[in-house]
Amino acid sequence: MISNIIIQIGSFLLVLLACVIPLGRYMAKVYGETPPMQRVFGPIERLIYRLLGIDAKTEMNWKHYAVALLGFNGLGLLLLYGLQRIQVWLPLNPQQLPAISADSAFNTAASFVSNTNWQGYAGETTMSYLTQMLGLTVQNFVSAATGMAVLIGLIRGITRRSSSTIGNFWVDLTRSTLYILLPLALTLSLVLVSQGVVQTFNASQTVELLQPIGNADGQTISQQTIALGPAASQIAIKQLGTNGGGFFNVNSAHPLENPTPLSNLFELLSIVLIPAALCYTFGIMVGDKRQGWAILATMTIILLGFTALAVGAEQAGNPLYQKLGVDDHASALQAGGNMEGKETRFGIVNSALWATVTTAASNGSVNSMHDSYTPLGGLAPMVLMQLGEVVFGGVGSGLYGMLIFAIITVFVAGLMVGRTPEYLGKKIEAFEMKMAALIILIPCVTTLLITAIAVSSDAGKATVFNSGAHGFSEVLYAATSAANNNGSAFAGLGANTPFYNTWLGIAMLVSRFWLIVPTLAIAGGLANKKLIPQSAGTLPTHTPLFVGLLIGVVLIVGALTFIPALALGPIVEHLLMSL
Amino acid sequence: MNHTLPKNRSLFDRAIVGPALKAAVLKFDPRLQVRNPVMFVVFVGAIFTTGLWLQALIAGGETSPNFSLAIAGWLWLTLLFANFAEAMAEGRGKAQADTLRQSRRDVQAIKLSSAQRTSKQTTVAASALRKGDYILVSAGETIAGDGDVIEGVAAVDESAITGESAPVIRESGGDRSAVTGGTRVLSDWLVVQISANPGETFLDRMIAMVEGAKRQKTPNEIALNILLTALTIIFLMATATLLPFSIYSVAAVKALDPSSQALPITVTALVALLVCLIPTTIGGLLSAIGIAGMDRMIQANVIAMSGRAVEAAGDVDVLLLDKTGTITLGNRQATNFLPAAGVDIRELADAAQLASLADETPEGRSIVLLANEHYQIGERQAAKLDAEFVAFTAQTRMSGINIAGRQIRKGAVDAIERYLREQQSVLPSDVRANVETIARAGGTPLVVADGKRALGVIQLKDIVKGGMKERFGELRRMGIKTVMITGDNPLTAAAIAAEAGVDDFLAEATPEAKLSLIREYQAGGRLVAMTGDGTNDAPALAQADVAMAMNTGTNAAKEAGNMVDLDSNPTKLIEVVEIGKQLLMTRGALTTFSIANDIAKYFAIIPAAFASTYPVLNKLNIMGLASPESAIISAVIFNALIIVFLIPLALRGVRYRAVAAAQALRSNLLIYGLGGLIVPFIGIKLIDLLLVGLGLV
Repeated sequence: MISNIIIQIGSFLLVLLACVIPLGRYMAKVYGETPPMQRVFGPIERLIYRLLGIDAKTEMNWKHYAVALLGFNGLGLLLLYGLQRIQVWLPLNPQQLPAISADSAFNTAASFVSNTNWQGYAGETTMSYLTQMLGLTVQNFVSAATGMAVLIGLIRGITRRSSSTIGNFWVDLTRSTLYILLPLALTLSLVLVSQGVVQTFNASQTVELLQPIGNADGQTISQQTIALGPAASQIAIKQLGTNGGGFFNVNSAHPLENPTPLSNLFELLSIVLIPAALCYTFGIMVGDKRQGWAILATMTIILLGFTALAVGAEQAGNPLYQKLGVDDHASALQAGGNMEGKETRFGIVNSALWATVTTAASNGSVNSMHDSYTPLGGLAPMVLMQLGEVVFGGVGSGLYGMLIFAIITVFVAGLMVGRTPEYLGKKIEAFEMKMAALIILIPCVTTLLITAIAVSSDAGKATVFNSGAHGFSEVLYAATSAANNNGSAFAGLGANTPFYNTWLGIAMLVSRFWLIVPTLAIAGGLANKKLIPQSAGTLPTHTPLFVGLLIGVVLIVGALTFIPALALGPIVEHLLMSL
Repeated sequence: MNHTLPKNRSLFDRAIVGPALKAAVLKFDPRLQVRNPVMFVVFVGAIFTTGLWLQALIAGGETSPNFSLAIAGWLWLTLLFANFAEAMAEGRGKAQADTLRQSRRDVQAIKLSSAQRTSKQTTVAASALRKGDYILVSAGETIAGDGDVIEGVAAVDESAITGESAPVIRESGGDRSAVTGGTRVLSDWLVVQISANPGETFLDRMIAMVEGAKRQKTPNEIALNILLTALTIIFLMATATLLPFSIYSVAAVKALDPSSQALPITVTALVALLVCLIPTTIGGLLSAIGIAGMDRMIQANVIAMSGRAVEAAGDVDVLLLDKTGTITLGNRQATNFLPAAGVDIRELADAAQLASLADETPEGRSIVLLANEHYQIGERQAAKLDAEFVAFTAQTRMSGINIAGRQIRKGAVDAIERYLREQQSVLPSDVRANVETIARAGGTPLVVADGKRALGVIQLKDIVKGGMKERFGELRRMGIKTVMITGDNPLTAAAIAAEAGVDDFLAEATPEAKLSLIREYQAGGRLVAMTGDGTNDAPALAQADVAMAMNTGTNAAKEAGNMVDLDSNPTKLIEVVEIGKQLLMTRGALTTFSIANDIAKYFAIIPAAFASTYPVLNKLNIMGLASPESAIISAVIFNALIIVFLIPLALRGVRYRAVAAAQALRSNLLIYGLGGLIVPFIGIKLIDLLLVGLGLV
């Protein structure tokens, strides 16, 4: 059993690490002076600039950068909202799906623009093909590209000296999409189609069941409607852009969205591919690859720790079954463990690995139902989100979040070496601390507030389907997911209500954009500073000691806030279960 | 005036503890409390729980009156301890300031109507003097204000300021013209032009500094406060939302088991949890650490003009050290005469002595002495000779004597070369060879010329102070670069630099070269520290990030610097850097300790707070605390007492060793990070045992 776990997780990590260097190097070139593959992308890039009247040479200061970003995303929010409200009158709607309600349309628009991709709706029975392609998929690309642009702005802030500008938002957005996301998504779609993922404009198919069955009312069911659609293209970017919004309601647990173990591996890899490779890009851009490796090591170690917790808890099975004399331990005859809510084609390890990877990175797609995990198995994904989505996190946003944590770590540790703190040669002063404090504060406060509002209001309590501590966990999980822009759902909570649509929608927008602005402010502040040369008196930020310290700060700042809440949810549930 | 600055007060001097306790009570003023966001939260919590206690006492409340009284009482004590820490740090400065203030008794001054001693005199109070006024101070009188000597020479007792009892000479012109208000003229008289208005004098600024009256938060303190405030807000949210979470959980438990006795978390427990979680340890000690840093400077007899300067000292990465007095002993000694070809050594010794007769510098004296001792050239009385002495100037860089038609000059090789050129002569090659040999060996060559003839070379030798090489090695390990500043030629400078073990040197330094070197380092992102005393040092002092002026220096230098060394010992710059680093380390260490403490407090309070809702959570009570109430009270008591236990550390600073950053981080993390994790587990358990043993819970 142990060797099975090590082989599955080990091979995933090996393939991931093998991709990090080439992709990381490629991305560093994309954001440099002379982007690669000019013959292919150059003319398209220049055409885009010409059509939109963008002067690629103009540099922006952080405020202009932020205004451009907010304007672009605000427009995206309005367009996506409008598209959902009028989809019934638009083409590519073979099922004649009706317009979406105002609160759900707002929630979905906020969700996809903020790279959260929380889905309050059921994909195949709500959204027309046009809405999925023109609305959701487009946001899947540009919300990811927005995150990458912010990260590149921050890295420029770190590397530039005494500069007032941090780059051009339009150029960073265009290049992220054109040079990185589009080619990767195209490749992955083709690979997924080869595995059996559907890609069609045809309407749903009705098929005769091979074995008719009876339903609860005693009627015989002999037909099934199989939902279809242009799924592969959306799934590719949903994974690569850490979006996570599935084409089908059950996401990557659906056989037409994730049919084989191989498609599972590719989809799993593509969740963390860009966030991991961006660490290497960061190393190259700051001129010290060790800095990138240190950040990547930090993320990997935290991920592995929580994966071990989830796999261990799920493999250990359900103590309540064991009390009834049901043996669910691994043996020669069975794989064992808690298989409830998991697909047999993936098993415990690949389900639990996916659960932790998708919540570490702010993806949120699922291949198993987290609500059915054991309490500790469900705690792992929840805590990973509560850490602020900095363990891989969203494309771009995960790394810029982690860099903010590095700044806070340097602040405390730097003092302990007897100097005022600096990170990569830039002094960390009151302004940076103020912005960094906002960045760690906002998701924590939003999560706790939304949970508190939900469990104190009748509208919030009305759609909690489970009783006791588990019901509390469901609400906490939903608030955590929205307020950290993950989008993973615990299920078991009826979230498509005006109450949850509105509050979670607000949480998603607040956590995305209220964090982006201070991040860009830090970028602008750092760009303005002088570069302090390294010496023996400088705190090294690439050593195992620093990695350990960074892990400690991420866990303490992230987890300490939520320990009381977790104690009333999964922790007490676990203790009650094993009584 | 025989009092001097008390230098090494014991940490808990009774003279300080008493007033500090009184001051700690006065600091409960809400206007003062609100300045410290972390402790203000405790303040509000204490008022709140006191209200809950009164309510429980009168009308019955959520908890027993004894429990809320215990919590409220210990919260007030937490605040008192934090106030006491600050008062202790301030008290040490206050005691210092009182000593200083005694020398500021309002003295009478004799004001002159003009710069002449003979001009019209009026007697005025010192407080009536304004910048630009002239005063006359005679033997036995106290100087009424800061100023520059315009006329006269006098011995001045500066012990009130410096603690050094030996009198110093003050005279007009040059670098010894500055006098400080409050010091006393012992002999003769001085005409002084006042350079500072009352209230702005050096003594006033010094008192304000040591008292902390003008203390402003330093940049790093502000940044750290922001972090602590953010943590406080996060924990405030975490505990505030715990009430609805708890109410929901109680309802959920009762829905499953209607017989359950579950009750929501009490507000008292929430306040206790909040106060334990927010970083009160560092929040309560932060200002004490800053004040204590300034105080350690004062113990070292250095007056920092701002807290910012102390902090910057920790960041310094380049030290500009004057060679003379800092790296080498002030006195260079003449050790040898090397005559030019065809010149008798006695002739050289004789000329060298003649040229040095009027030279009162230690070098000059040592030349006279060497000629006397080794070549039996009797010492002549300069005044008895019918000769004209040529004084050393920064332009000619030569000194000498015109006697009986001879023009004897001695000076640096380039100065003499220029002099010979003016006389249509040149420096013989063997003399030049000797000059280079001496310079390469780290000596200072002085060339002696008599008219057109170069007679030879005097070898002066620098004596490097003991222990300097080790000191510089330590600095290098800490990542600090040392640069020796000297007026010597590059060859000599290189040799001494190698002998002393500095990283770099600036030879033939002029004030302009010094200034541009500082600018160059700063442009490269480095922070530069230097010392200086002369007026021509002022621009460089003003430019440097940490600039320590010598108390013996001019007022211009003292104005330009951001600290003043009362002992006028330039080597102390190294100590200043260490004090700065120690201050920052103490802040970082206590912050880490404070945050690491939270883990244990969770294990104490969470099971206790939800004991009635989820008794199963008692499995998390790994310390085995006796009861929910004793668990919460023990955590609160630990949280209060740890402040008291850490006061000595905050005042004294963490142990400081000269090691590289990575090593310093490792050891501090081990002590304060790991210690911060473990200590509260032990402390809370012990307090719990004690409470149970005394039958208090």
